[in-house]
Amino acid sequence: MIAAAAKIAGPHIDWAGLSPLVAVFAGALLVLMLGLARSRALRETVVPALSVVTLLVAGALAVGQWGERTDLIAGALRLDELTLVLTVLFCVAGIAAILLSWRHVAPREAAHGEYHALLLTSIAGMIVLVAAQNLVTVFLGLELLSIPLYVLCATEMRRASSLESGLKYLVVGSLGSATFLYGLAFLYGATGTTDFGAIAQVLADGGDLVTDPLLLTGIGLSIVGLAFKASVAPFHQWTPDVYEGAPTPITAFMAVATKAAAFGVMLRLFDVALIGASVDWAPALATLAAATIIVGNVGALGQSSLKRMLAYSSVAQAGYMLAGVVVASRLGLQATVFYLCVYLVMNLAAFAVIVARERETPLGDDIASLNGLGTSRPLLAWPMTIAMLALAGFPATAGFIGKFYLIDAAVDEGYTWLAVFIVVGSMISLGYYLRVIAAIWMTPGARTAPVPIAGADTPLLAGGAEEATGLRAQGEVVAVAVVFGVLTVVLGVVPSPLFNAVRDAGAALGLL
Amino acid sequence: MKLDLSIMLFIPLAFGVIGLFVPERAAAKVALLSTFLVAAYAVLYVVDFNSSSGALQHVTDETWIAELGIHYKLGLDGLNLFLVLLTGILWFACTLWAGFQEWEKPRYFYLHLGIAETAVLGALLAQDLALFVVFFDLMLVPFFFLTGIWGGAKRVQATMKLVIYTLVGSLLMLTAAVATGVLAAAGSADLSFAFSDLAQHPLASSSQEWIFLFFAAAFLVKMPAFPLHGWMPDGYRNMPLPVLALFSAVLSKVAAYGFLRICLPLFPDATQHFQTLMLLLALASIIYGSAMAFTTTEARLVLGYSSVAQLGFITLGIFALNSQGAQGAILQAFNHGLVVAPAFFIVALLADRSGGSEDIRDMGGIATRAPVLATLFLIVTFATLAMPGSSNFAGEFLILLGVFQSKIAIAIIASTGVVLAAVYALRLFIVTMHNRTGPRVESRELGVRDGLVLVPLVLAILAIALYPQFALKRSEPTVTGGTPTLALKATP
Repeated sequence: MIAAAAKIAGPHIDWAGLSPLVAVFAGALLVLMLGLARSRALRETVVPALSVVTLLVAGALAVGQWGERTDLIAGALRLDELTLVLTVLFCVAGIAAILLSWRHVAPREAAHGEYHALLLTSIAGMIVLVAAQNLVTVFLGLELLSIPLYVLCATEMRRASSLESGLKYLVVGSLGSATFLYGLAFLYGATGTTDFGAIAQVLADGGDLVTDPLLLTGIGLSIVGLAFKASVAPFHQWTPDVYEGAPTPITAFMAVATKAAAFGVMLRLFDVALIGASVDWAPALATLAAATIIVGNVGALGQSSLKRMLAYSSVAQAGYMLAGVVVASRLGLQATVFYLCVYLVMNLAAFAVIVARERETPLGDDIASLNGLGTSRPLLAWPMTIAMLALAGFPATAGFIGKFYLIDAAVDEGYTWLAVFIVVGSMISLGYYLRVIAAIWMTPGARTAPVPIAGADTPLLAGGAEEATGLRAQGEVVAVAVVFGVLTVVLGVVPSPLFNAVRDAGAALGLL
Repeated sequence: MKLDLSIMLFIPLAFGVIGLFVPERAAAKVALLSTFLVAAYAVLYVVDFNSSSGALQHVTDETWIAELGIHYKLGLDGLNLFLVLLTGILWFACTLWAGFQEWEKPRYFYLHLGIAETAVLGALLAQDLALFVVFFDLMLVPFFFLTGIWGGAKRVQATMKLVIYTLVGSLLMLTAAVATGVLAAAGSADLSFAFSDLAQHPLASSSQEWIFLFFAAAFLVKMPAFPLHGWMPDGYRNMPLPVLALFSAVLSKVAAYGFLRICLPLFPDATQHFQTLMLLLALASIIYGSAMAFTTTEARLVLGYSSVAQLGFITLGIFALNSQGAQGAILQAFNHGLVVAPAFFIVALLADRSGGSEDIRDMGGIATRAPVLATLFLIVTFATLAMPGSSNFAGEFLILLGVFQSKIAIAIIASTGVVLAAVYALRLFIVTMHNRTGPRVESRELGVRDGLVLVPLVLAILAIALYPQFALKRSEPTVTGGTPTLALKATP
């Protein structure tokens, strides 16, 4: 009788545990409906506001679950501090992206309801992905996160490069997904199970499974698939083009949130499920990490587009974080998660400044748009300066602590050579981060009187930068820049709260 | 938790931030007040210093980042006491000098000067390896801005070069520092970067060697020492003058201090192993620096290269690996800072009087109507060339004594450096002050501002010349024993 009732009722569902995910989905649906309203005020103000509220609620629900460690929906998802800390991270990135795109051209062209609903769906996909506890859910989450992003990249419909960016991302992203799916199939074939815990168990039991070609192929293909998503060299070539073409708020979101999601799943897949086969993947991932650090940093050197530069810089940073995955220790996991949080803060500050300057000058995201910013807009100049110093790893910023932690983790597990790669990468990176600071503080802005622009679509030649459009970026963009700039310094001086959160996440996965 | 060192440490930073919110005209006064307070604090510490103890005094020890084993630990002992005093005095003098000048964006200028002073004091006071690295790297940021925004014609290139050179060294040091902590903790349970904890877990010789080299690279670039000085000419040409005086007088000493504080006690085996290499590098710096100082015609670079030579002497003393050498190095670090800062100011005064050119061929005959200036310059020159009776003489004497005891051949060659110093220092004095009057030279006496800065500094040089024992007595217990701070082994 009881058994029959249970059968009808289906698996037990812990709604409290699922609440952040439910909130995001509900918000997405609501926003999509509201976007159909006729009232312009409703569409342009209430929709973004509601999306922010949704993410605030989801973030708060996630924080409320802190300390829970359970399986959800019959072991499909895992609720632990790693899921929660990354959920909060996605919500923060989402809120920042919404604030940056409020009054931006992209949501206007793509309809507000759809734009925000897609963004929220993508966040839901990320939450599913980092919580995934078996191979099927992983793929579900990956697609749920990717497909909305393909569309979002192309939301500036009247700009060819935005469409190009979306299309390129779609093609490359699908290739990555397909490769990954193929890899997952091989993993299932080799181990006979899709559950992460069971895979780890099988690997621990079966002695010669680690040399099984089926498993090796599976591992190889999933590395390649995830490398596409996390823009790890040599699978990073799409990154600069897509980042440059996409609307800047979406670029910011992709740079921080997608990366965090990809690393979240890597931590679970490699450091938990496949930990028994680390002899197979550790050398491969270590090589990729070293290559990524060098390729990313060298690629960024000659860029004059800030978005392209940050794209290459994000490739390099992915290499640093991959080092944390490779060491496969608790310290490594904590260092990776810590760096993901720090990376979010630094990059959002930088991207907010780029958004502001895109609106204020006709130079777009060219580095020249920052000339003389130190004198004309100190509120934008300081966050950008701090972000660049932090990305380069200067002390008293969060970036320094993050790098220190990663090097600590690498050396602790005997990967000193990888630590040296991180350091060499940082040296190269000075070449481009300092150029930005020099543009802000040491290059005079053109102080010519605003020239009347003949025909709105005539591209302005270089030199007419300073305030030529007579526009000032809206308050919310400056606020995002300032808040994340301040956070970068605060986390660099008082990192302990973040350390505590990260330590819980590390403990949750049960690594040594 | 004892607050006093922290208060001194963060006064410049706090006042720099306050300075952002006052009217532009008042920014210099706020900065002056803060540097005065720090200088006063430093003097009080010297007076209050218990010179019979070699142990750390005024210790502050808090856990900063528990997960990484980083402590916020500060302390004073014989090694850093006089460098802290030097920092306090020179920052006050340079801020005073800068205050008489108009600067674009003065609030930011003084903010960066404040950050720089906090960073330098932090590096000197830190008793935790990670904390030292934090402050050591932080020193670079304000100087990047100070050079890049307020510097000379090629300031951006110069500052890039400066930062990239020094940060390459610093990042290697970061890896080495992390490795030191991790490897030292391998035997025990807890990760800790405090010097006192690290000293109790000596590393294996093989690890010590690469770690030592990484640290040495960072310090030698910062000094700068002979093969790693590539950033120096451009950097010195383009730094604004008060900033240059600080950089040359104080920052180079932090690097030398790093050897004494970190390399010698923590990596004793590697120090022994690389002693000859370091001595040879020091020797090369002395000879190369002296030769360049003698041949270059840019007044700033004469002083720049002379600093290379002087820092060579200090390195020589450190790597004599005995107490005379170490004491001489500490004394000489203090002396050189005290001498080179007024020398840079004098160069600025000379340039004022010769139509703005800093080329010594355009100068000459400036002494005719400026006897006071000439006298002050002469005293500084005598101190630079280590005239017997000057404190520099005592310093160099101790250094050479130390090296004679460990490596005679090197000591003999190094002694010629003393002669070379006389050659380039006197050349600078004679060519600028006497000789034929330069084409655009208008000799005039020094003004109120110049006197206000120069006279006290020269008096300080005289004071320490009369009584170098004052410094030696306080550094002696730390260097020679009582505590195992310095694992100095006398080599046969």
